Amino acid sequence: MSSAGELVCDDLTKSYGTKKLALDSVSFTVPTKGIFTLIGRNGAGKSTLTRILATLLEPTSGSARIDGLDVMTDARRLRQKIAVVPQEGRAVAWISPVQTVSTYLLWRGYGYGESRRKALEALSSVGLENQANRLNRTLSGGMKRKVLVAMVLASEADVIFLDEPSTGLDPISRRELWDLLVALGKERFVFLTTHYLEEAEQLSDRIGILEDGRLLSIGTLNELRGEMNYGFSLVLPRENAALAQFVGEKYTRRDGMIQIFTTEDQALALAKRLADERVRFSLNPVTLDDVFNFVIAREKVEGGAR
Amino acid sequence: MRGALSQFLASILINSIYAMKNYPVILINTVLSPLSFLILITLASGGSLIGEAVEGSLIMTMFSSGTSLQGDLSHLKNDYHLQDMVVGSPARAGAYVAGMTISELIYSSPALVILSVLFYFYVHVTPLQLATIVAVMLLMFLTSVSIGFLLATVSSDIVESFAYTRLLSTLFSTIPPVYYPITYIPLPWRYLAYLSPTTYASEIAQNAAGLVRQTSTNIDVAWLVLLAVTAVFFYISLTKARWREK
Repeated sequence: MSSAGELVCDDLTKSYGTKKLALDSVSFTVPTKGIFTLIGRNGAGKSTLTRILATLLEPTSGSARIDGLDVMTDARRLRQKIAVVPQEGRAVAWISPVQTVSTYLLWRGYGYGESRRKALEALSSVGLENQANRLNRTLSGGMKRKVLVAMVLASEADVIFLDEPSTGLDPISRRELWDLLVALGKERFVFLTTHYLEEAEQLSDRIGILEDGRLLSIGTLNELRGEMNYGFSLVLPRENAALAQFVGEKYTRRDGMIQIFTTEDQALALAKRLADERVRFSLNPVTLDDVFNFVIAREKVEGGAR
Repeated sequence: MRGALSQFLASILINSIYAMKNYPVILINTVLSPLSFLILITLASGGSLIGEAVEGSLIMTMFSSGTSLQGDLSHLKNDYHLQDMVVGSPARAGAYVAGMTISELIYSSPALVILSVLFYFYVHVTPLQLATIVAVMLLMFLTSVSIGFLLATVSSDIVESFAYTRLLSTLFSTIPPVYYPITYIPLPWRYLAYLSPTTYASEIAQNAAGLVRQTSTNIDVAWLVLLAVTAVFFYISLTKARWREK
């Protein structure tokens, strides 16, 4: 049994007809606070999982509960406390931001006057107070996304599902959206999906890695880094690879650079040697990108063995 | 109760009132189609069929309002994913759909107002006859709403859904003898017209207004067919529609 304060998925499976499984026995528990991000490639099953949890789609088998409420049997009560912006959700072109947000609040049961007031407040908090009465179709892509964020922000929902909210945004709009999401995550539980690993790294309290419908790994960024045998990554030109005497793993990247995963002590010793030889290099803790590639590669090996 | 009313209002606002307020040209557009047929039939008949044409325009407007629901629901669901946002909220399916349905009548209100004025001047009926005609119009609306709702459930993109809308409109309100008496269609083609429920609606409405006399058996059969068609489509749409996807 799950209790208040947890999102629990138990053996959640989804198949569409006789095709391969979109979700394959996904089980995990995360606290419903902060930002939880699901990462994975296109078609990994992120949207399917999000849609099931947001009560938009029925699972084939298994169960899921949010704060003790089952997504199937307690859907009506659960919908009181959730809000969702789907992957391809867009602000309706022929209405304005204030009309968009206030209409959404009417659907959530607010009165007309209250919904208008809260809509204006929410639009102001996302920096759209001067665009509140323009038609959505005249707004930039970033502004349209902010309108949808304002919509869920204005609601009383304390569990927010955002499926790839930053897809297609320019770097500045994306950063602005991140700021909003961080602020949102301080007050509510945000369930986010993305295939931008930098985004997950910057925003998330916890991260899950999904591949081919299977949850491969889940935890905080540091816990995910712990999945790898080594905590540091050092990158240097291929022609200087001979200088790198180390204990760890070495890969040739697509850009021709050599990437070495090793321990902190080994990395620092190697860095000192490279600096003495005046070789250009970079030294960093392993990133989510490194972890993601490692976990996917491991799954390929283990999946092949299965 | 207050929540349900708010949800009902939300659907009406987004699908008709805000659209009409933000794009006033819509007000003209909604009256053009039924009025153009009315003017054409009136001129072609030298004014002798104006009563039938006004009734036909009302039937077409009510029927088209229902089939428009299909396009609008599908557009909001598939292109904006609005329905997903509403499903994942406390909104009730009934309030959402009811609001969307009424929004189609509001959308058509400019045409309905003009046609009602013309009806007052050119079709003279008793209150009982008027009630009969209104009942037929509402049945037509319910039938087309049910068909529209059913098609919105199965259509997956806007091109497909708008194709359905035009097809339905042509099949049910342009080809059948909605604007003129069915006797104008030569046999055996006349029997084809009876495949459309709007033919029965026209017969009842034209008979009630005293424009075309029918036998009481014909009218009874027309009512029976109309009620049966409405009940069948309403039942199918209720059983096929899903708020949460499977």
